[in-house]
Amino acid sequence: MGTADRSGRWKIQEWYDQRIENIIAQLLRAGVLTAALVVIGGAIPYLASNPRLRVNYRTFHGEPMELKTVPGIVHSAFSGNTLAIMQLGLLLLIATPIARVVFSVFAFAREGDHMYVAFTLIVLAVLLYSLFGSFLIA
Amino acid sequence: MWHTVKLNVLEFTFLVWAGSLIAGFLGALTGLGGGVVLVPLLTIFFHVDLHYAIGASLVSVIATSSGSAAAYVKEGFSNIRIGMFLEIATTFGALLGAYLTAKVPASAIAVIFGLMLMYSAYVSRRTRPRINGEQVPDPLATKLKMNGNFPDTSGIRQYNVYRVPVGFGVMFGAGALSGLLGIGSGALKVVAMDQAMKIPFKVSTTTSNFMIGVTAAASAGVYLSRGYIDPALSMPVMLGVLIGSLLGTRVLVKTQTKKLRLVFSLVIVLLGIEMLLKGFAGRF
Repeated sequence: MGTADRSGRWKIQEWYDQRIENIIAQLLRAGVLTAALVVIGGAIPYLASNPRLRVNYRTFHGEPMELKTVPGIVHSAFSGNTLAIMQLGLLLLIATPIARVVFSVFAFAREGDHMYVAFTLIVLAVLLYSLFGSFLIA
Repeated sequence: MWHTVKLNVLEFTFLVWAGSLIAGFLGALTGLGGGVVLVPLLTIFFHVDLHYAIGASLVSVIATSSGSAAAYVKEGFSNIRIGMFLEIATTFGALLGAYLTAKVPASAIAVIFGLMLMYSAYVSRRTRPRINGEQVPDPLATKLKMNGNFPDTSGIRQYNVYRVPVGFGVMFGAGALSGLLGIGSGALKVVAMDQAMKIPFKVSTTTSNFMIGVTAAASAGVYLSRGYIDPALSMPVMLGVLIGSLLGTRVLVKTQTKKLRLVFSLVIVLLGIEMLLKGFAGRF
């Protein structure tokens, strides 16, 4: 891409980039759809079990441990906690753009673009730190 | 408002879902994004604590950004290199912003939110600058392989990217605001890409949409570990905004949105004023 203006080479490059983008877009859509289905899967039993309960979100209490960490959410979701199932869906949603970044690492590597492999790995490191490491100092 | 009305789980979930659906629909239809009105909607009308509201809003930003990616790819031509390079700035900014949410008083966040709402409305009213592609390429942008091209009505159009450091700096700020307020901060991303870096509209909107999801994911982890993301609240918000915005992008092609944009901008300004007043009064 970029400086190359003599037909052939970049046309293939452009086509390749456009194709990659289409794959990424499908990946993102599949991720969001899966996340939404898991959220709905938790929402139905949640709403059915306590529909008349009064809600109060006026004051901030934070969430219990099993809804705050990745292992906690996965563990409680699989033991049938409806709130944790919804949270697992939201976790899948958060993971969707991260999957996109992982995919980009491989796409740039296949193009032999080491500079952009490095940039993408930096972004990936920030994302993984946020998801797995931030509770250490939160 | 609904101070005295005590809602049960079923009523609350349905009303929040419906409100989020409308916000997502109008946001997509007008191109202003539904994310900016979610936090005022939840805090002002549903009396939700600001931190829970920001958490739910951020989650729905990821949903709309990822869900509409396919539509954007069809319409525009994103530049994955520009996007990835600038994501370094937005993700670090987002981490900083997410940490600040716990340090900055809620009232101050509300004031910043109010200003951001008004700014978004202002940016949407302004006409975009004509971009002149005949200048000498910028050496840094060339080195970073950012210059590109896309098919236009008059054949393949080349474009060059300028002022990368300025764009990078503004993107850091956009990321920080996204992390602090739980929004996509599309308005600031437009400033960085259109104004500073002179990226053509067709390229900047699609690239920006791709970036919003990654930026939001960077603060989402921090939000999660802080307990800002409540599943029972985020569920109707996320499902509502997602369905609303997908419907909005479908209808978008068929409707004349000029009047609607004006009305929605006005709504945004009014919500901005309300957030400012409540923030200054310390009612958060």
